[in-house]
Amino acid sequence: MRFYELTALQLLDLYKKREAKPSEVIESIFERIYEDDRGLKCYLTLTPERALADAKILDLKLKNSDEFGVLFGIPTAVKDLISTRGIRTTCASKILENYVPVFDATVVKKLVESDFLMVGKTNMDEFAMGSSNENSAYGPVKNPWDITRVPGGSSGGSAAAVAAGHATVALGSDTGGSIRQPASFCGIVGLKPTYGFVSRYGLVAFASSLDQIGPMTRTVEDCALLLSVISGHDLLDSTSIKRESVDYLGSLRRDVKGIKVGVPKELSGEGIDGQVLAVFRAALARMEKIGVKVEETSLPNIKYALPAYYLIAPAEASSNLARYDGVKYGFRDDGASGIREMYRRTRAKGFGREVKRRIMLGTYALSAGYYDAYYGQAQKVRTLIIKDFSDAFSRYDLLVSPTSPSTAFKLGEKVDDPLNMYLSDICTIPVNLAGLPAISLPCGQSDGLPVGFQIIGPHFSEERILNAAYALERELGLNWTVK
Amino acid sequence: MISDKEIQYIANLAELYLSEDEKKRMSAELSQILEHVEKIKELDIRDVKPTSHAVETENVFRDDEPIKPLDREEIISNAPLIEADSFKVPPII
Repeated sequence: MRFYELTALQLLDLYKKREAKPSEVIESIFERIYEDDRGLKCYLTLTPERALADAKILDLKLKNSDEFGVLFGIPTAVKDLISTRGIRTTCASKILENYVPVFDATVVKKLVESDFLMVGKTNMDEFAMGSSNENSAYGPVKNPWDITRVPGGSSGGSAAAVAAGHATVALGSDTGGSIRQPASFCGIVGLKPTYGFVSRYGLVAFASSLDQIGPMTRTVEDCALLLSVISGHDLLDSTSIKRESVDYLGSLRRDVKGIKVGVPKELSGEGIDGQVLAVFRAALARMEKIGVKVEETSLPNIKYALPAYYLIAPAEASSNLARYDGVKYGFRDDGASGIREMYRRTRAKGFGREVKRRIMLGTYALSAGYYDAYYGQAQKVRTLIIKDFSDAFSRYDLLVSPTSPSTAFKLGEKVDDPLNMYLSDICTIPVNLAGLPAISLPCGQSDGLPVGFQIIGPHFSEERILNAAYALERELGLNWTVK
Repeated sequence: MISDKEIQYIANLAELYLSEDEKKRMSAELSQILEHVEKIKELDIRDVKPTSHAVETENVFRDDEPIKPLDREEIISNAPLIEADSFKVPPII
């Protein structure tokens, strides 16, 4: 049996029946990684020794007890901006090339407590800034569906790893679509939880008011399972919401008949590829077939979301990334004679092009004379976007759209056109500005490439979103195998 | 179009050294991006309240109980240069 092809729930079932051992499963994953010669570059660091040692302990546990953690023996990939004690965490940046965290992020602590197995740390766009993974300082990830194409970003390594069977499940992070868009491009499921529902303690900060960690999996069931492990209040994150995690798996099978779904016309018309739209509409028809009421609606201010995002996110990033100064950790340029020169040379050599671009953009938006016109105005736009969504949710249980305006594009296609690259996140960005939860799940193919279906809900409606996603997944019955 | 002088000013604020080529490219790219984001200026939203966090939390307190701090030696082992348990940097003045 090829364990790397199985979902987390299938593996848990085999463990319970004593038909597989964690050590066999993790070996199957590493064999798959080592034998795959496509050069996908999903990982920046692999942790086979730790994984195998942990698996041997779980083997014994399996023999001697019936107490399993929720993620017992599940091979998991962790995006390389989530701190892992004793394991290099680079954020795909030269500036953190040799940085080894001295603590585990809260999510990692929770994974450890639930008996997971870590496969390694996944490749990404540097500091999560990008939509194609081409901004990794260590070379881009390739899409396992077609290695001439990007896997999406910034959690491209996590998405490609899960799609290719280089991990069973993965953690990603989503600031403007960085979980959902790569999930869409790689044909897997990815969920961005409500802002504050998953602790950000130990998540290297990009844009603190938007960042959120979430699950990336091959099925909605696995997504529910992983969310129930990582969510919940954390004292170590002051933006963490006082709300406990739920057993999301238990409520997946609820009937969706009669729920009302709105389709924002601004996210499902102009600017979206025609074939993507056709696949999306076909999936909508299937939703109607299972009793969901579908209506067109409008989010009138949504056209201002992308501009507002590209002021707010870089502004927060320019402030967050001030900490990389060559003093406390990370790379330092040794040639300088004074401290200012050391800062400037360290940051010039340590950061890549896109990171510098966003630091500059953010610094500009926050600088004297421009603050009110740019950053201040963007924060007001944010209020309007939130109101658009809350108006829509007074009429609809959920909103749906394509996850991305296109399928996976070619490597190199947009790399010299930053604005065009930014536009590929047009359907996902408004969700982060409003702090809402949203999922992307596969809904079909266009020219042999996967198309993602986005379901957005009000704050803390993860149960409802997963419920609807599960119903659609079952109705579509795609059952894609690993690529 | 953002001038070279402005680019240099912003780069100084951001403590970032940029080569002449980088400055030129940055000026063109930022100008293009700013032209796009200018769109938000057309909204008359003087009376709208700004949002910093979409899900607000207030008064986040915890009991004042000491927890075990991280290990000092371990922390500074990540620094590029240490002397006498301190971070060593080039001259400041």
